[in-house]
Amino acid sequence: MSEHALRLVELRKSFGPTEIIRGVDLDIHKGERHVIIGPNGAGKSTLFNLISGRFPVSSGRVELHGQRIDGLPPHQINRMGLSRSFQVTNLFHRMSVFENIRCALLWSMGYKYAFWKLVGRQRRLNEEAERILEQVHLQARRDVPAAMLSYAEQRALEIGATIAGGADVILLDEPTAGMSLTETEQAVQLIREVTAGRTLVMVEHDMGVVFGLADRVSVLVYGELIATGTPEEIRANTAVQEAYLGTEVA
Amino acid sequence: MSEQSIKQTPAHIAPAPRLRLLRGAGIWIGALIVVLVLPMIFSSGHSVSMLTQMCSAIVFALSYNMLLGQGGMLSFGHAVFSGLGGFIAMHVLNAVNDGALVIPLELMPIVGGLGGLAFAIPFGWISTKRAGVTFAMISLGIAELVAASALMFTGFFGGESGISSNRVVDHTLFGFLGVSYGPSIEVYYLAGAWMLIATFAMYLLTLTPLGRMANAVRDNPERAQFVGYDPHLVRFLQFSLAGFFAGVAGGLTVINYEILTADALSAIASGTVLVMAFIGGIGFFFGPILGAILITYLQTSLSSFSEAWLMYFGLIFVGMVMYAPHGLAGIVMAHRPALRSGRAGKLLLSYLVAAVPTALLLVGLISLIEMGYHLSTAYMPEYPISLFGVEVNVTQLRYWLGAVAITAVGLAVFLWVMRLIRRAWHEVNAALGGERT
Ligand SMILES: Nc1ncnc2c1ncn2[C@@H]1O[C@H](COP(=O)(O)OP(=O)(O)OP(=O)(O)O)[C@@H](O)[C@H]1O
Ligand SMILES: [Mg+2]
Repeated sequence: MSEHALRLVELRKSFGPTEIIRGVDLDIHKGERHVIIGPNGAGKSTLFNLISGRFPVSSGRVELHGQRIDGLPPHQINRMGLSRSFQVTNLFHRMSVFENIRCALLWSMGYKYAFWKLVGRQRRLNEEAERILEQVHLQARRDVPAAMLSYAEQRALEIGATIAGGADVILLDEPTAGMSLTETEQAVQLIREVTAGRTLVMVEHDMGVVFGLADRVSVLVYGELIATGTPEEIRANTAVQEAYLGTEVA
Repeated sequence: MSEQSIKQTPAHIAPAPRLRLLRGAGIWIGALIVVLVLPMIFSSGHSVSMLTQMCSAIVFALSYNMLLGQGGMLSFGHAVFSGLGGFIAMHVLNAVNDGALVIPLELMPIVGGLGGLAFAIPFGWISTKRAGVTFAMISLGIAELVAASALMFTGFFGGESGISSNRVVDHTLFGFLGVSYGPSIEVYYLAGAWMLIATFAMYLLTLTPLGRMANAVRDNPERAQFVGYDPHLVRFLQFSLAGFFAGVAGGLTVINYEILTADALSAIASGTVLVMAFIGGIGFFFGPILGAILITYLQTSLSSFSEAWLMYFGLIFVGMVMYAPHGLAGIVMAHRPALRSGRAGKLLLSYLVAAVPTALLLVGLISLIEMGYHLSTAYMPEYPISLFGVEVNVTQLRYWLGAVAITAVGLAVFLWVMRLIRRAWHEVNAALGGERT
C-alpha cells in the first residue's frame, strides 16, 4: 500500500443523469511520472477535480498515501500533500507574481492564519519564494500582477504556484496547452526539474511530450481507462490505437 | 496601498530596504504632525468636533475596506458593528460613571472594539461562508435584524432618545497631566491618537499572512483552497478583525458625542461607510481615509449650508462612480508618475485653466438645485433667497433663464477644456514612456 502515492478505486462521477467517470481504477506509484491521455471530453479534468476534492465523487474511493481523501475539502487534501494546477489558468490575478508564489507557500511553511507576523520579515519564506520564482524563470516579472502576464508566463506561474507548497503529489492539467514549440520544450524541461523526486500525474495532449516525459501512461476514453502501461506498451496497444491514437503514431 | 504600490515598483529599481523603511516612517510621522497641527488651524468648537468625528470615520472606513477592498466582501451592514460596539462602550462608560467599573476613559475605544468583535464573531461566521451576492444579502439581513432589535430592546438602545453618558470620569490614564477630557480639544487628541494607532494596526494587518490571504481569497477563493487555505476561515477572521476596528470607531464616536441612538447602526450608517470607502478608493489602503474626511466634511458642513445637501451627496457619489471608479486615491495615484518625473507642471496649468469653467458650471448647477428645492419646499416660494450674493426670486422666469445660461456656458467651456486636459495628460504620460498609469 505504501508504494502507491495515489489510488483510485471504482471511481464514478455523474453530472445529473450523465455518468462522466465510469468506474476508474488506477494506482499511481510513488515517484513516477504518470501521464493521462484521452480525447476531448473524456473526463480527464473531471478526474483531477475528483482527486483534488474540487468535485464530490459519486461513488468509489480516492486514497492518498493510503489515506482516504474523497469527501475532504480541497484545502485539507492540499495540506496532506497533494497539489494541482488548472487547465484554465487560475491565479490570484490582482496580486503580483511574487505574491502569488508567496501565498502558495504560506500554509506549507506553517504560517496558517497568523495576523501577528509580517510576511516581509520572514526571511526563509521570502527566500523560498524567490527561489521558486527563479526556478520558473519569472524573476523579471516579479512585481507584475498575474493578470498582466503573457499566456506562457501565466502557465509557468501556474506551475510555480502548484509546486511551491512542497506537495509530494503534483497534478498538472495540460500545462503545455496552447504553447508554441519552444515554449512547450521549456515547459517540459521546467516540469522535469520541479517535479524531480515527487510523484507527477499529468494530463497532456502533445504526444511528443507524453512519450518523452512519462514513466507510465493511462488512456481515458469516455470516462473509462482502457489501458495503462509504459509508453512502449501504450504505443503497441491496438485498442488504444483504434480508440484514440489512430494513425497519429502508427 | 501595499499591493498596488508593490506592483508599481519593479524589483530592480525599488529603493534599498532601509530607504524604503525611512520613507515609510516618514509618512507616519507626517500623519502625526498633521493630526497635531490641524486643530490649531481649525480651532473653533465646531471644527474640532468635526475633526474628532473624522478620526472616528477614518477608522470606520478603513475597517470597512478590510472587508470590501481587501477581502472582496461587499457589506451593507458594517454599521452594525460600530453601532453595537458603541452601545457596549456607552453602557460600560455609564457603569464607570456609576462607580460599578473602573476603566480609564482612554480605553473606551478598546471596549467598543471588543464589543464589535463579540458581535462580529457569530454574525461573521454565518455570513462569510460565501462571498459575492450571498454575503451582501446576508449582511443586509443582519443589518435589518439588528435595526429591528434596536426598536424592541429599548433598555439597551434607549429608544428614540438613545443612550447618553458623560465622558468626564474619575479614572483616566493621563489625568495626572491635568487632562479631564471635558474640553473637546482633549477628546480630539485622544481620538487622533487612537486613529493613528488603529490605522497603523490595520496597515500592518495587510502585511500579515492573514492579510495576504484575504487578498488571495478576494481574487480567487478556489485557488486559495488549493494552496491549503479555507476561504471561509480567512473571510471569517478578516471579518472579525474588521468588526473589532468598527467597534473602535464606535467607541470614539461615543466619547465625542456622549450620546448614541439607534441611527448609529442603521442602514444609512452602513451605506455611508460604503460611500466613504468607495469615493476614497477601495483599491488603495489610504483611499478610505480620503473618503472618510471628505464625506464627514460634507455631512457636517454641507448640511448647514444647504437643505438639499443629500442631493449633492448623491450627485458626488454618482459622479465618482461614473468618472473616477478608483476613487480619490485612484486620481492621486494616477498622477504619481507625472509628479515623480517633475512633469506635473503642465498638467497643473491645464487644471488651473479648467477651474474657471468648472466653477461656472458648479455655480449654475447649484443655483438650479437650490432654486428648485426652494420652489418645491418653501412655504412662501416668492420670498427671495440669496445665491452667491444675488437676491433671487425663484417664481420669476428670468432667474431661471439666468441659471440655465450659466450652467450651459459653464458646461460648454468645461467640455472644451476637458479636451485640453486630456491632451496634456496624454503628452505627459507619453513622455514618461513605458510607465503605466
Ligand atoms: N461541472 C460540470 N457539470 C456538468 N458537466 C461537466 C462538468 N464538468 C465537466 N463536465 C462534462 O464532463 C465531460 C468531461 O469533461 P472534462 O473537462 O473532464 O474533459 P477532458 O477530458 O478534460 O477534456 P479536454 O481534453 O477538452 O480538457 C464533458 O462532457 C463535460 O461537458
Ligand atoms: Mg480537460
